[in-house]
Amino acid sequence: MTAEISPLSGEGSRFARLLRSGKFVVTAELAPPDSADPEDTYRRAVLLADVVDAINATDASGANCHMSSMGVCALLTREGYETILQISCRDRNRIAIQGDVLGAAAMGVGNVLCLTGDGVKIGDHPDAKPVFDLDSVSLLEAVRKMRDEGRFLSGRVIAAPPRMFLGAAENPFAPPLDFRPMRLAKKIAAGAQFVQTQYCFDVPRLVEFMDAVRQLGLHQRCFILIGVGPLASARSARWIRSNVPGVHIPDHVIKRLEGSADERREGRRICIEIIQQVREIPGIAGIHVMAYRQEGWVAEIVREAGLCASPT
Amino acid sequence: MYVLRLAATRFAAFCEAAYGVVEAVMHGLEPLARRVGYDRLERPMAAVESVTKGLIFDCRMCGQCILSDTGMTCPMNCPKKMRNGPCGGVRQDGGCELAPTMRCVWMEAWTGSRRMRNKAGIAKPQPPLDNRRWGRSAWIGHLRERRGE
Ligand code: SF4
Repeated sequence: MTAEISPLSGEGSRFARLLRSGKFVVTAELAPPDSADPEDTYRRAVLLADVVDAINATDASGANCHMSSMGVCALLTREGYETILQISCRDRNRIAIQGDVLGAAAMGVGNVLCLTGDGVKIGDHPDAKPVFDLDSVSLLEAVRKMRDEGRFLSGRVIAAPPRMFLGAAENPFAPPLDFRPMRLAKKIAAGAQFVQTQYCFDVPRLVEFMDAVRQLGLHQRCFILIGVGPLASARSARWIRSNVPGVHIPDHVIKRLEGSADERREGRRICIEIIQQVREIPGIAGIHVMAYRQEGWVAEIVREAGLCASPT
Repeated sequence: MYVLRLAATRFAAFCEAAYGVVEAVMHGLEPLARRVGYDRLERPMAAVESVTKGLIFDCRMCGQCILSDTGMTCPMNCPKKMRNGPCGGVRQDGGCELAPTMRCVWMEAWTGSRRMRNKAGIAKPQPPLDNRRWGRSAWIGHLRERRGE
């Protein structure tokens, strides 16, 4: 699959080149540590090193405070990892965000994922001020403007524009379901070149979403990576379903976990099966593994699913 | 008012037409408004909008009205101030991620937009808000924009 993407964009990104080469890519999320010791970041990254094409460093996901995405990306880029900077609109306004984009690009980060972010209420600092000066779409447009026009939102000129490969998130599993493909189109119109979805535990729903996506031709204008991850147990699946915003886990998945002798192993099996089913759906460019606190399992899951990263 | 806001979505097509009439009248009165002076009209107009739009649409007076692109649902009722569509946290029952007892404003916006003539508006990327315009009249702002001020 070759997506039509402006030649200027993402020229510094190894991840973009891999996608354009047609490889089925694997990205994974790294949960930043609650620590100022770089070793804590490296230890987590090493677990992913051999099997992923790029690492997403989350930006205070779930509105919980951790090392910044910028900090993690800076550390990992120095060590030769391909990183995806995540920017959420929850904690910073347009002045701070644009500054961060320049800083990240200067440090060699070639990819940025533009997110709105979870509300502060659900995190560990519910007393914080939610910013939401931009939203995911206006953030995409802002970074694209910086890159393609070489200007800040204010119009002021940037001497050396940031060559970022631009990404967005989408949740094919959250209502209003029939709006979701159009919303992806909107993000592409705003500059998204790749998209990483929310966890997929409901393949039939993904199939429907992808049918609409292909009808709109969106898979030719943007690389689509499907979010997957192992569930640790039926109990944790239930907890995630009611506490993590936007994660849809059908009952039959939870029943299957309950009915198994080793729930953890079954969770990984389910994940592997989903990856294999996802690969069969036309228009999908790769998977994005989110194994919260289970980074150690990512390599095994990716290998067992029959995927292996290219040597970087 | 929440109840009226939901009704405005249900009757989005009617609201769209009514809004169109108001807009046409405003444009018709533009020369008069210019004679009186936009600055002098700003406060009384903002007061009128705050009461009428506040009652019917739960308008939050962002001063940059996009109701006709958002199914006649005011997106500023979204706790995340999303102007470009729903976040990924909408609950399976359509409830808001952060205020579960309220339906996600984008559930309403999407339904409303399907009933309107302007179906494409909801697909248009909206620019970031100009935060200086909170509390000011969107209609006067609109007239000023048209005059290229
Ligand atoms: S669920 Fe809807 S109303 Fe609530 S924060 Fe998300 S987009 Fe806004």
